[in-house]
Amino acid sequence: MSIFYPVQLFSDWLTYSVFSLAPNSIFSDAINFFIYDSIKIFILLFVIIFIVSIIRSYLPPEKIRSILSQKNKYTSNILASLLGIVTPFCSCSAVPLFLGFVQAGVPLGATFSFLVASPMINEVALVLLLGLLGWKIALIYIISGLFISIFSGIVIGRMKVENLVEPFVYQNTLNGNIDLPTMSFKQRSIYAKDYTLEIMKKVWLYVLIGIGVGAWIHGYVPADFLAMYAGSDKWYAVPLAVIIGIPLYSNAAGVIPLVSALTEKGVSMGTTLAFMMSVTALSLPEFMILKKVMKTKLIFIFGSIVAIGIILTGYLFNIVLN
Amino acid sequence: MKIEVIGSGCKKCKALFELTKEVVGDLGINDTVLYSNDINKIVMMGIMSSPVLTIDDKPVLVGMLPNKDKLKDIISRNI
Repeated sequence: MSIFYPVQLFSDWLTYSVFSLAPNSIFSDAINFFIYDSIKIFILLFVIIFIVSIIRSYLPPEKIRSILSQKNKYTSNILASLLGIVTPFCSCSAVPLFLGFVQAGVPLGATFSFLVASPMINEVALVLLLGLLGWKIALIYIISGLFISIFSGIVIGRMKVENLVEPFVYQNTLNGNIDLPTMSFKQRSIYAKDYTLEIMKKVWLYVLIGIGVGAWIHGYVPADFLAMYAGSDKWYAVPLAVIIGIPLYSNAAGVIPLVSALTEKGVSMGTTLAFMMSVTALSLPEFMILKKVMKTKLIFIFGSIVAIGIILTGYLFNIVLN
Repeated sequence: MKIEVIGSGCKKCKALFELTKEVVGDLGINDTVLYSNDINKIVMMGIMSSPVLTIDDKPVLVGMLPNKDKLKDIISRNI
């Protein structure tokens, strides 16, 4: 992380010279940690969200739909998951996305792959993982997230659950394809800038609070304090983390810095990954909204398969990364 | 003129509806702004994000909540 060396210098200067705090005290350490992490995360958020938004401007959901409706069964799961990474996903759009995909002939399994990958592997979560836990953990998160979304989609596709989708979904088949305006690169940049600012406005406070509490934990909570409750030898830690993560959806931005601090205090990495995946991928508001287009039983099947995938991932990395 | 906000009933959709009413008032337009929860309308237009703002059934804004000035600009360009 040497590119952030100037940020470290700046935080040192601010902590020890401007605030004149004595070095090596717990308090000054925590302040230094807070300043450094906040600046680093905000730089990363700006840069990465901007880049992702540029890519995204080439891949609106309407285009993704036409790509996916032409592919065969298994490649469509893989492609749907990959495309899910760059697509923004707000629970507002869950229903139109679902309807749009299914009515255009995208297989149900691929549609679910997309519904899992899109919120789970999002740029804000990636930035926080990258900035706070390093690129290896971020990469592990992306790859296992892809596996979970691909396999959940394949399993749901195999289960032949079309009868659990509300009948009206299949009554229309899509004919009119909207003509998307082509954008110049300048327009894409403006779109990306606006989108980046919109996301920043939404998350900055959560991120700061998360990093703040994280810095406090970093300084004041004894190392390995949590190992006795959430170490890798505790079988219940992973499923418990997944259950706690379900209602925390809207606060993903604040939860991740917090949790990354907890890993220092003995929460094992597999448990941490499972928790983050649960926060991002299993969202109560999304489930409620999906009730408009599918039976509760199907939402339950969908949630359970993803939850099982996340729990297995958690156990796997508790073993591998130990 | 028919000005309509169509959404899945999420927060963003309601916020767009409120903002649209405000902007339409500011621009001195007398038409009422309609609000619809009928997602099929969105899907039939070939759109897959919510909320959508339509003017005379033509989508002019898709899947986002702009700031007031931008919305004013979009609406005045499309009436």
